[in-house]
Amino acid sequence: MSDPKMKHVSEEQLIEYRYAESPDLPASKAIGEHLRECGACRTNYESLVRVLEAVDAVPVPEPDAGFETRLWNQLEPKLSAPEITAPRTRSGARFSWSELFAPRRLAAVASVAAMIVAAFVAGRHWSSGVVPVVNVAIAPPLAPVVAQAKERVLLFAVSDHLDRAQMVLLDISNADVPKGGNSQSSGAIADFSREQERAESLLTANRLYRQTAMHTGDSGVASVLDELEPVLLEIAHSPSNLTPAELERLRKHIEARGLLLKVRVLDSSVRQREKAIAPSVVAGGL
Amino acid sequence: MNRMDGGDAARVTQALGGDQDAFRALVERHSRSLFRLAYRMTGNEQDAEEVVQEAMLRAYRRLDKFESRSNFGTWLYRIAVNCSLDLMRKRRSEMEQRERPSTRDEDEDAPATIERVASEMPAPDRLALSVELREQVQQAMSTLSAVERTAFVMRHFDGCSIEEIGKVIGLNTGSTKNSVFRAVQKLRKHLEPYTAPQARPAR
Repeated sequence: MSDPKMKHVSEEQLIEYRYAESPDLPASKAIGEHLRECGACRTNYESLVRVLEAVDAVPVPEPDAGFETRLWNQLEPKLSAPEITAPRTRSGARFSWSELFAPRRLAAVASVAAMIVAAFVAGRHWSSGVVPVVNVAIAPPLAPVVAQAKERVLLFAVSDHLDRAQMVLLDISNADVPKGGNSQSSGAIADFSREQERAESLLTANRLYRQTAMHTGDSGVASVLDELEPVLLEIAHSPSNLTPAELERLRKHIEARGLLLKVRVLDSSVRQREKAIAPSVVAGGL
Repeated sequence: MNRMDGGDAARVTQALGGDQDAFRALVERHSRSLFRLAYRMTGNEQDAEEVVQEAMLRAYRRLDKFESRSNFGTWLYRIAVNCSLDLMRKRRSEMEQRERPSTRDEDEDAPATIERVASEMPAPDRLALSVELREQVQQAMSTLSAVERTAFVMRHFDGCSIEEIGKVIGLNTGSTKNSVFRAVQKLRKHLEPYTAPQARPAR
């Protein structure tokens, strides 16, 4: 039954109503009844529907007849490599090569290799700012530009890392707590396995960036990454289904350190350094 | 989303055994639906094709992680969503470096503000809606951030639940809901002048 004194329906409620998975839910029913009685809300809803219908009306082109063949021709050469290096057995018996070349392991190795390169580059350019003379193949006027380009790549990578870390921290900080949930509550809430995976994948990079920053004397970067690491570790090793109490503890951990703000400030500073380098790199033609 | 049938299950097993023809059959069966998804996410055919290719490649490389109890089409769909997100972020980053190196919104993917777009809009009565509206829709879609666009496409076109979307894009329920809301709000703000009954030109 509709309440005639019901307030106008908000835009968010209208959007939820439009996408309601079940129109029989009490909330949807109430909105439906209100829309029948309230001209203003009905007009608002009709306007929303018209916009969404306009979006629907844009056709999606159908790929041409040769799409699948073309796709396969592009894919096939890329598929053959893993099959040669890591053949599988039909019996399902564990084959050591497949373990060795497992994508997760390869990704970790690639990541470590990239970090070592980053550390190498950073070691040469962060601390002293002096361009080494070993670049004999590069004409002298170009050497500083190359150095700046390398530093910019590193700063970009650190900034990207901080962006990702921020997103994980934000997701934890803004996670929904079920109504009635309190520190004593043991009921599981949303699945946090995704956040955990992200935190875990950030951990290795975080360690290596921190070590790089320490070696190059960039204490600002090292300090924030040092504070970030235990929090990432805690997220990665928490249960997938956090209880309200566990979530609250994690949030307090983040808040107590002011970590989000520190990461954001550092990200901004790294980005500015990156941008400061950009014009000269572009001017140098790289 | 495609549902996995017995054929998919058998082909996954065969592909894991090194049978590339079996994987080719999976590619042929699912690539068009992935293309439609990728087109809606990226807004152009070349990028959509690139996404399908990358998604299939990632799927092949992670085939041993696929659980046979799961739905292969859904698994593939999630991979394609992530590939689309990656490509959209890459494109946006390229565009920012080319055009607007100094501005950066709090949302990492945030595009130009809707206000700027709105101020550049021609008067509604000068538009021939049948063609112009399509262009406006595409323009409006391009104002969404990568996350907003992903959430909207999954919700609006594919009917995914907020929980499903959140799992794929890595956000909690509240943030996912907000992404859908923000997307719809931006679309409304941009498109309402063109969809209002009085905006239709007499032709």
